[in-house]
Amino acid sequence: MAKYVIIGNSAAGVACVEGIRSVDREGSITLLSSEPYHTYSRPLISYLLEGKTDEERMKYRPDDFYEKNGVDARLGVRVTEIDPSEKTVTLDSGEKIPYGKLMHAAGSVPFVPKIEGMETVEKKVTFLSLDDAKALADALTPESRVLILGAGLIGLKCAEGILSRAGSITVVDLADRVLPSILDETGAGIVQAHLEMHGLSFRLSDTVQRFEGNRAVLKSGETLEFDVLVVAVGVRPSVSLIENAGGAVRRGVATDETGRTSLPDVFAAGDCAESYDISSGQSRVLALLPNAYFQGHAAGVTMAGGREELKKAIPMNAIGFMGLHILTAGSYTGETYVSRDGENYKILFYESDLLRGFILIGNVARAGIYTALIRERTPLSGIDFALICEKPQLMAFTAQARRDLLSKRQ
Amino acid sequence: MKRVYVDEKWCLGCHLCEYYCAFANSGRSSMVKALKNRKIHPRIRIEGDNQISFAVSCRHCTDPICVKSCIAGALSVEEGVVRIDEEKCVGCETCVLVCPYGALMPSESGVMQKCELCIENAGGKPACVAGCPNKAIIFEERA
Repeated sequence: MAKYVIIGNSAAGVACVEGIRSVDREGSITLLSSEPYHTYSRPLISYLLEGKTDEERMKYRPDDFYEKNGVDARLGVRVTEIDPSEKTVTLDSGEKIPYGKLMHAAGSVPFVPKIEGMETVEKKVTFLSLDDAKALADALTPESRVLILGAGLIGLKCAEGILSRAGSITVVDLADRVLPSILDETGAGIVQAHLEMHGLSFRLSDTVQRFEGNRAVLKSGETLEFDVLVVAVGVRPSVSLIENAGGAVRRGVATDETGRTSLPDVFAAGDCAESYDISSGQSRVLALLPNAYFQGHAAGVTMAGGREELKKAIPMNAIGFMGLHILTAGSYTGETYVSRDGENYKILFYESDLLRGFILIGNVARAGIYTALIRERTPLSGIDFALICEKPQLMAFTAQARRDLLSKRQ
Repeated sequence: MKRVYVDEKWCLGCHLCEYYCAFANSGRSSMVKALKNRKIHPRIRIEGDNQISFAVSCRHCTDPICVKSCIAGALSVEEGVVRIDEEKCVGCETCVLVCPYGALMPSESGVMQKCELCIENAGGKPACVAGCPNKAIIFEERA
């Protein structure tokens, strides 16, 4: 009987369980997690602080998930070593657990840059885990002046989450715009103005040169007083277990389309692993929950002897701030179609008869029709491109294509 | 499993399905009270122009990308029906980003809503199907 061991208890780990169980109901599954919690939705920690969810509702799967799936969940244990020749993992207690197939879904860790005087900051947190969110909640008072390092997805979601719990929020980023990884200049301008309208302050193209206790001295020379520091400059894939075991690692763990690493019977998925992005033609870490699920599921099915591949991975992000939704996908290359009306912004990127990417802000209705064009590599010459530019709609397809979509079982 | 299928050949574009859907999901006993002078939020939407029209609602895919993508674990499959737990949904719209049909949309409260084949109401027979005057929306099992 196959013995599966899964390191990680978030989207990729859970997807791996569900993938395995779609093929093999019998094999034993042991799931190891350094966090002591039932699986929870990591991206919901900002919503938790905002009061839009609670610890009960933010569980990623129901309470009976492990039991129903025959999973021996060992929560609150840390894996210190993978031995691919003995096929064991070692826990911090010294215990060795044998595996037949191993999933490494260890996620990522916050990157904390070395900044002079960082150790003198009294209250500082990162923002990736439930414990981080709890620590931040504890550190805040309604008067707190919060300094957030990083205007990316994590920093800004954090800002939204604590907006009503803090006195003031200032965000510093070396980039010249907010959300630089997913927005162009125009889109970033719209989002920044929206956030400023809700009380956030920004110091862009700037960075903290040194901390002196609760004072940050910026490169520009400005000095900012603060009470709580949130470090949200980015994350690093957790790759050391694989690396130390001799597995191939680039920025993230190198995997094939089934999640297989270079080590025999060892798979990897989620934020620690790379995927092949079909919109750019490059292998890269796609640190986003849907991809973690797709990859973890494909690997789980494969581990259990079935067949499933991650074939259509692309970057995609759904994020929003104070009612303003932002949906983006794909790569931003090629010719563009742009429309703008107040906070509503759309830019489509296309080349070689394919939609490559898009940014939608404000009116994001039915964006999945665009996403599917990218993922399926639908030739634009076969659809009504003018209609597609106007809005995502099935009218842009041929009558036959619509029949296939709406009159057939999907 | 029975699913909702549409045939644009027969669709009149009358939007009655939208009204029947909104009524069935309103929890009210009177259609007038449920719909009159209200902005309706149906889970089925008519798309099209003067020549072509068709209704779009959840396809209840056998391998639903929305369920796999949901960051909150709010979407699930129960006996083939893709369902949403509105208590868990935080309205991030990841499902809007991935659904190839554009079949999910925000409800009045901001969290997402979708067709659940009227299993909680209208006696398990989709109200849009029963209300369509021209049989352009059909509820049946197809291979």
